[in-house]
Amino acid sequence: MNCEECGKRPATLHLTKIVNGEKTEYHICEHCAKDKGDMFSGFGGFGGFGDFGIHQLLSGLLNFDPMTKKEGVGIKEGQGTVQTKAARCETCGMTYAQFSKSGRFGCSDCYEFFGDRLDPLFRRIHGNTQHIGKVPERTGGKIKVRKELEQLKAALQQYVAKEEFEKAAEIRDRIRALEQKITQS
Amino acid sequence: MSQQRFMQHPWSNWMKGVGPDADIVVSTRLRIARNLRQHPFPLLATDSQAEEVVKKVADVALGATMQKHGKFELIAMDQLSPLEKRVLVEKHLISPNLAEESRKGSVLLNEDESISIMVNEEDHIRIQVLLPGFQLHEAWEIGTKIDDVFEKHLNYAFDEKRGYLTSCPTNVGTGIRASVMLHLPALVMTKQINRILQAINQVGLVVRGLYGEGSEALGNLFQLSNQVTLGMSETDILSNLYSVANQIIEQERAARRYLLEHSRIALEDRIFRSYGILQYARTVESKEAAQRLSDVRLGIDIGIIKNVSAFALNELLVMTQPGFLQHHAGQKLAPEQRDERRARLIRERLAAEKSS
Repeated sequence: MNCEECGKRPATLHLTKIVNGEKTEYHICEHCAKDKGDMFSGFGGFGGFGDFGIHQLLSGLLNFDPMTKKEGVGIKEGQGTVQTKAARCETCGMTYAQFSKSGRFGCSDCYEFFGDRLDPLFRRIHGNTQHIGKVPERTGGKIKVRKELEQLKAALQQYVAKEEFEKAAEIRDRIRALEQKITQS
Repeated sequence: MSQQRFMQHPWSNWMKGVGPDADIVVSTRLRIARNLRQHPFPLLATDSQAEEVVKKVADVALGATMQKHGKFELIAMDQLSPLEKRVLVEKHLISPNLAEESRKGSVLLNEDESISIMVNEEDHIRIQVLLPGFQLHEAWEIGTKIDDVFEKHLNYAFDEKRGYLTSCPTNVGTGIRASVMLHLPALVMTKQINRILQAINQVGLVVRGLYGEGSEALGNLFQLSNQVTLGMSETDILSNLYSVANQIIEQERAARRYLLEHSRIALEDRIFRSYGILQYARTVESKEAAQRLSDVRLGIDIGIIKNVSAFALNELLVMTQPGFLQHHAGQKLAPEQRDERRARLIRERLAAEKSS
């Protein structure tokens, strides 16, 4: 089979992308792959032995971010997209726009800062947004307790505001017990 | 240096050619991606941050609790020459990405090379288990135990909603990618393969060539793996892959029976021609080698060729790759020189099989 780009050299790189069950194939030669730059970056080095740079492809394939389209084509900025652009991970500094370009998170906190905005992306890739597999014994337990603590503290403030001090005291004791549990583990 | 051992011999546990369903399933691979909290992912890490991760991971892997799961040796990518790295890639012990693009990338290998733990690949930790034949659940049993040991000592990036957090959104959740390497010559010969590959894509699995993403299905070897990592439990992911792989295995067996019944002479002719060429050729390109070796492998598996072991075939699969050939020669080789060396290696290996 000859290269789809130049039609001259034999195609040595074969890429199949599948988006929502829709299949597209690329068959190109090494030379054209190098010319393609971005799209097939990660290729080279080992002389025809590269990985295809799924991350560069990812954003294009999934098209999950309106920003990337907009920047290239020049559609007017809508309110929603401005908000998207502003999203930024405070820990590592990665913006949502950068993430959608590179297809990779900068640190584990990015997940938290980008929050529910990631749901459509996960739904496209995995058909799901919620993990149901293995949970690390130690971390998993702590997270549960921490979540419970947050809820209790909110409730405590409400009771104090309503001056229901008996109930507030009850909750305070439960908070103390949980906090002890965390420091012990 | 003892790390030379990983480079010198082509032998790895996964190549034994024993394992369940080894006539079709060459090997099983399981990869678990994990990251540390409060450390930027390798993509953004500075040299010193990346070094810190290597130190933390290596401390656990070389520590006392890990001992019962394997005796590991730490190899840093920047200690290796490009050829040496390529050899490890060809043996499937590290990924091309770790070899080429990682910052402070390292790998921890156990003695029989069935477990490799990559550090600072795309994720901080990638535990890989490679076994011969069809052993998905066994691979998970090994992998999850190693994961447990790391979890005891390291603070994993985990979120109740998203699961194990990974650098790439395609791995989040369980962080596992399981794959089986299938040799499917009869499905290719009977032209059923495309129909099957398309069906596979519809059940959340993906097929690739011998060396992962973007590589061609050389020598009729197909890598079948799960795509979804979020919203399915590890057991479901593995069972799904297991049952689909099982169906393909059955189809391949049926196709082999069909060929034996309906075109035995043509099949034998093809197999023996390839066997003959490999025994006598003076120069062989890698693509041709892969195809001929596939024919010979099929010959062995259906009992037409009797005096060659599947182990020899697996060994040749790795030995005839450009990196290994050049490392073996101790120098860079031009393509023609490689073809010559490849032909010689195959001749010698097959001759050794005959006399043994």
